Amino acid sequence: MIKLVDNAQVEFILGLAATKKRLDNRKNFEGFRETQIEYDVSMNAEGSARVKLGKTDVTAGIKIGIGEPFADRPDEGVIIVNVELPPIASPNFEAGPPREPTIELARVVDRGIRESGAIDLKKLCIKEGEKVWIVYIDIYALNHSGNLFDASSFAAVAALSKTFFPKVDKDYNVQYGEKSKKKLTIKRLPISCTFAKIAGKIFIDPSLKEEEVMSGRLTVTCSEDMVHAMQKGLQDGFSASEVDKCVADAMKVSKELRKLFK
Amino acid sequence: MGKLHTEHRKIAVPGDLLAEGMDFVPSMGSYRDDEKVFASTVGIVDIRGRVIKVIPLNGRYMPMKNDVVIGKIKDIAYNHWSVDIGGPTDANLSVSEGVSDYVDLARTDLSRYYNFDDYIVAKILRVGSDGFVQLTTKGPGLKKLRGGKLTEMVSSKVPRAIGKSGSMITMIKDMTNTEIIIGENGWIWINGKPEDELRATLAITKINEESHTAGLTKRIEEMLKKGV
Repeated sequence: MIKLVDNAQVEFILGLAATKKRLDNRKNFEGFRETQIEYDVSMNAEGSARVKLGKTDVTAGIKIGIGEPFADRPDEGVIIVNVELPPIASPNFEAGPPREPTIELARVVDRGIRESGAIDLKKLCIKEGEKVWIVYIDIYALNHSGNLFDASSFAAVAALSKTFFPKVDKDYNVQYGEKSKKKLTIKRLPISCTFAKIAGKIFIDPSLKEEEVMSGRLTVTCSEDMVHAMQKGLQDGFSASEVDKCVADAMKVSKELRKLFK
Repeated sequence: MGKLHTEHRKIAVPGDLLAEGMDFVPSMGSYRDDEKVFASTVGIVDIRGRVIKVIPLNGRYMPMKNDVVIGKIKDIAYNHWSVDIGGPTDANLSVSEGVSDYVDLARTDLSRYYNFDDYIVAKILRVGSDGFVQLTTKGPGLKKLRGGKLTEMVSSKVPRAIGKSGSMITMIKDMTNTEIIIGENGWIWINGKPEDELRATLAITKINEESHTAGLTKRIEEMLKKGV
């Protein structure tokens, strides 16, 4: 079914924007909602984190196993990102196999981590062509109140930054439940910033009500000095100057956000 | 004489034993099994004499006859409009109940009266056993709404937003300088300047979140006085 755009809501958002205010009354008109990161929320995971972005709530857990590398990359480890959007997070989510939005979300998080080189895949190699570490990043949404992209990405990166390898015996059998002292090294912190386009205007970190009426979406993932990944969604386009502005804003805002990570 | 196992305004979860004995009557959100009365939803226990009720903390609006609701036009058919009222199914507003003048269906574009996306205040005329809901816009205060914006709250908490003889809603209206209409389906229409609308919306969000706590009117007053 075609979803009608709520014009009254669009007018309200634009009217508020004229007075430099957002729907959720956030402190900074051009910034993120209040962001909280909590570490080590899961006992059994090798690393975990829970991120609250306003009322959006996401947890990420890291499991590390040993397996065979891909045939075309015999000396590299593997990272696998999986996102789950359970019905408890939103009345619009349904149980069952992942659908397009879920897969897009997982791919964007994956790309941010992979392309930024946050994890050195070569260091995950144990024995070339035979044994490598496989890092599973599992993300669960607990509450959807807009911008799951950034919340998921923050949770994944935060969990990775507090991940320790599990213990292994002589034959490389993983001893789960016991963590070694070997930490997974994170070379840089990729921070993603999502922008929503509503009636020609661009808003950072859209809340749920804003996401409902947005016509375009752009996610920019950057580290301290570089843009590593982007994803553009929905039908509306972004002009070159708009993309430049989004990138500049993402660089600026991500500096503040990076301080939240320990 | 029956025995009460809970207290007024306590939280109950499904399966909670509320009372024993035939002299207690289960109402909304509770049911009887032999001599015992159990809760069937998560909510606040409300005891009025012999009647035990569990007011849900969350959930969809269930349409009831004579409720005044706010709806949004979702579709225009040959002789009726489909209206979203936040219930399990869309409600139906027929031409004869929506318009008082004579309408020649073959020649008239019904969007003249109510167009897509228009908000209306309507009364529920009838709820069928199959969930079919018939609306009317004939009656005092029932009309099409122009401008303004919509915010939502849980329908079972609407009495809290209105307050004792309208004390809460009057206060919000006066302090934010807005026009507010509350539908019994939990949809609330607010009209004013954008920043005033935002303040009223935030106040209503707070009521929705803290409806089960005491001294709410005072806190809302303080919040609006401080300014957002």
